[in-house]
Amino acid sequence: MNASQQDRLLKPMEEVGIVGYGAYIPRYRLPAKEVSRIWTDGEGGVPIVEKAVPGLDEDVITMSIEAARNALARAAIDPSEIRAVWVGSESHPYAVKPSSTVVAEAIGATPHTQAADWEFACKAGTEALQAAIGLVGSGMARYAMAIGMDTAQGRPGDALEYTTGAGGAAIILGPAKESMARFEGSYSYATDTPDFWRRSNETYPEHGERFTGEPAYFEHILTAAREIMKLTDTQSEDFAHVVFHQPNAKFPMRAGRMLGFKDEQIKTGLLVSLIGNTYAGSPMIGLSAVLDKGQPGDRVLLVSYGSGAGSDAFVLSLTDRLPALRDRAPRTQEYIDRRTEIDYATYARYRGKLALK
Amino acid sequence: MEVSRHWRLKKQRYALEGEVCPHCHAKIFPPRDVCPDCGLDARTLYQFSGRGEVYSFAKVQDAPEAHSEQSPYTVALIRLEEGPLVTAQLTDIGDQPLEVGSPVEMVTRKLRSDGERGMLVYGYKFRPLLRPSI
Ligand SMILES: [Zn+2]
Repeated sequence: MNASQQDRLLKPMEEVGIVGYGAYIPRYRLPAKEVSRIWTDGEGGVPIVEKAVPGLDEDVITMSIEAARNALARAAIDPSEIRAVWVGSESHPYAVKPSSTVVAEAIGATPHTQAADWEFACKAGTEALQAAIGLVGSGMARYAMAIGMDTAQGRPGDALEYTTGAGGAAIILGPAKESMARFEGSYSYATDTPDFWRRSNETYPEHGERFTGEPAYFEHILTAAREIMKLTDTQSEDFAHVVFHQPNAKFPMRAGRMLGFKDEQIKTGLLVSLIGNTYAGSPMIGLSAVLDKGQPGDRVLLVSYGSGAGSDAFVLSLTDRLPALRDRAPRTQEYIDRRTEIDYATYARYRGKLALK
Repeated sequence: MEVSRHWRLKKQRYALEGEVCPHCHAKIFPPRDVCPDCGLDARTLYQFSGRGEVYSFAKVQDAPEAHSEQSPYTVALIRLEEGPLVTAQLTDIGDQPLEVGSPVEMVTRKLRSDGERGMLVYGYKFRPLLRPSI
């Protein structure tokens, strides 16, 4: 590889790591078979088991606050030392008024901080993560928080309605020597690809049907994964865990196998079957599940995908500090286990699908 | 409720920030700058843990207009572990049995939206402990 190719590896001046992380998944679950009961008479297969649904009083702001509090509990830092609170989502509650200022205020990070909302379909969270690595790695900030959180919606009866879930995670970046996971390097890949979109003032997204697979998800995920492995001189067998964006259970499994990963390496971070596609939250909460279970020395590959389209890829190595810190807040599995099943009618009310006027 | 009042109340409402009396160490919520126990000046900020237990509760079936989008819901008096009693909604009860003395923890949730075009108001509610061991 020549020098200009090696330049594609994103690596900050100072080493950066994860000093805190926290997940959030709402309590309610809509089984996919309940969606098929309504729309297809229960005929045909379903892409996942069930998806997480937010309660009537939840949105990206409240869910981000809880994930951020969990991340702070693990980091045990003074929130007033956080210089950026960045929330990546495609379901910010306000069209104009940042989610991030409410989150920053609620966790005590205000007022000496940046706050901003990030958007890039399902990779808004890792986009914030990528930028936060830069902010900390340049020495501008000691700590920065990146959140990926969504309450995704699909049009009633659309294929997306089976999988559009709710959840995500918050990650606090800081100096690598204080961290539970160090970043060895990252990489970003983006092209103009029209696979999925939602215009302003529209409630539900449109998607390019069969266009979503090969030229979109697979092209970007596979390229980003191959490129970061080349740039960090790693092979599939060097990783204990790999996390991909997970719009359904099939895509990440297939992408993993195409890259030479074994199912064992993929399954710890694969949550979509039990919580749905959490969009901007999806790669972040997959990483949170891996941090819950990984061992010091484990190497982790994280690759997001956002429609429109792009992928961010990260190589991390878990440190000795991880096991002692992770029990300071609820693990991802504890949120998965906290579960109340709802029917389609309750779901329709919770998600505002009933127009009352 | 007017926008300026929401803005002034945000710290206590988002995160249960109250006061502690520098004289008798009573924990005060909501903050009122005068200690209810000893009557002296008390303006030192104090971050409550958010843990407490249900002191009494009632289910609201017929909610006032501003809260109708979340009805029915349960309102409770919560005894915070630091002492004060606060009134708040309970949330995420699911199918767990609720009784006087049930341990609860604070979460920040959407309290209401002032119509389709108004502000979203966030604040504390309480839910059954997610993790009883901690
Ligand atoms: Zn006093």
